[in-house]
Amino acid sequence: MSLELEIEKRLGVFRLRASFTAGEGVTGILGASGSGKSMALKCIAGIERPDRGRIVLDGTVLFDSEKGINLPPQRRQVGYLFQSYALFPNMTVRRNIRCGLREGKDRRARDERVEEALRLLRLEDVADRKPDKLSGGQAQRAALARILVNRPKLLMLDEPFSALDTHLRERLQLEVRELLGTMRTPVLLVTHSRDEAYRLCRNLTVVERGAYAPVRETKAVFADPGSVSAARVTGCKNIAPARRLDAYTLEVPDWKLRLRCETPLRENLCAVGLRAHDLRPAGAGEENAFRVDWCGAVEEPFERVLLFRVRGQNASTAPLWYRVPRQQVPSPLPTYLAVDSKSVLPLYP
Amino acid sequence: MDWYPLWNSLRIAGISTVVIFFAGIAAAYYIARLPRTLKGMLDVLLTLPLVLPPTVVGYILLRVLGPRRVIGAWALGAFGLRLTMTWWSAIFATTVVIFPLMYRTARGAFESFDQTLADAGRTLGLSNSWIFWRVRMPCCRQGILAGTVLAFARALGEYGATSMLAGYTPGRTATVSTTVYQLWRTNDDAGALRWVLVNLAISAVVLLAVNLLEGRRRRA
Repeated sequence: MSLELEIEKRLGVFRLRASFTAGEGVTGILGASGSGKSMALKCIAGIERPDRGRIVLDGTVLFDSEKGINLPPQRRQVGYLFQSYALFPNMTVRRNIRCGLREGKDRRARDERVEEALRLLRLEDVADRKPDKLSGGQAQRAALARILVNRPKLLMLDEPFSALDTHLRERLQLEVRELLGTMRTPVLLVTHSRDEAYRLCRNLTVVERGAYAPVRETKAVFADPGSVSAARVTGCKNIAPARRLDAYTLEVPDWKLRLRCETPLRENLCAVGLRAHDLRPAGAGEENAFRVDWCGAVEEPFERVLLFRVRGQNASTAPLWYRVPRQQVPSPLPTYLAVDSKSVLPLYP
Repeated sequence: MDWYPLWNSLRIAGISTVVIFFAGIAAAYYIARLPRTLKGMLDVLLTLPLVLPPTVVGYILLRVLGPRRVIGAWALGAFGLRLTMTWWSAIFATTVVIFPLMYRTARGAFESFDQTLADAGRTLGLSNSWIFWRVRMPCCRQGILAGTVLAFARALGEYGATSMLAGYTPGRTATVSTTVYQLWRTNDDAGALRWVLVNLAISAVVLLAVNLLEGRRRRA
């Protein structure tokens, strides 16, 4: 089972350009809000119409601008979990789930499937409640149950945890991961949270201003984001323009630095990223070590961020972030920081 | 006391309310999807009867439905049907006058409806008409109910356009409001007062019904 997608759509000031294939397992769509993540889901579901392109699910053409094919949402068999869950407020949980059953089948069989879904998602106790009497987690499970009895060929989750409190969110992420693990269909998960993407998604595409990067393995995206936008949404704090000097050396004018990189650099290198926890105290003369001046700190619950300026750093640019666990804050503060050549992230347009 | 005016008023108001219930909702539903300029123009046209004096509405309707006018002459020629000065002529008048009330309140209710509910329904394979009757309408019930009751009450009290289109013939086209005027004009003050009291009673009952319905809704 797989989804193939290649669409374009004009969106106000920018253009949505998405082209990827999603197979079994969870594919994450990670990007800032307003970058055109939900719009792609709406195009796949048939709620919005792309300007041009092609969407194929499991061999069925859902949309093809050249052949003039545009199936209505009703015939696409795509499960869409909305951010607000979109449970019908005038119906009980049980009635809501029954809405997900497609026509046909005798009444007994339909009732059995509804009861089975209620059991599977632990909703028996709240089956006769209206949606406004449900907790956030229950509402999410009810919406999922309604989609699952529908037997979709593709499941799409739009920021599924954003409506929940933080402490609930992490527990439900585990629950949902377990549930998704049992599904044979492709799953698309839209999120702006890098933690959520890392925990739940096997593969990942990063979106910036409507442009979808190629889908890669999530771990690979975090290890080597490859572009400034991917570096930023995966939480890289220190990013600056850079240029290639030779195959393994790059120069960062803003930081007055030259850094060695482990992998060969391509000609079109445009920036470099250093993760805040990849920096370490060092001695003068070590590889990729540079003289720094301490200029501030940010307290975090279990870590501390120390802010440093490189000697000679362009005054109008932001200081470097160096993140350490609380107990390991070096004392006295280091005067040299370094980064391993394998942790220098080359970024391309 | 001859109760004919009450019966006549109720059936006129009832029939025209049923008509505009569907017409107003359909207009609100479809006009909301039109392009902006067309929507604006239709909006003005359909709301106009709300601000026009009922006598102006009556005049315009007479110009169209009168026996020597376009539609009136056609109905007379084709079916031998006179569209004015019968009891049901008043239905034309009340329908036009109360239409904007229903259209406006239904549109307001639809505009506050969460469109993702309809989208969710469509991805689940539910038909558009199923979603309309089972989700959209129940969610907008309060606004639509309020519009319906308001329209019915306004139809009961319609005088200007009704008197022009249906006139006042005791036992044939008389309604409560035209009767009050006619009795007062002919110095039958006691008769007029009786119908005024009847009218007050009906209005009170209608408003009470609205309050009860809303109270039940809030408890549910």
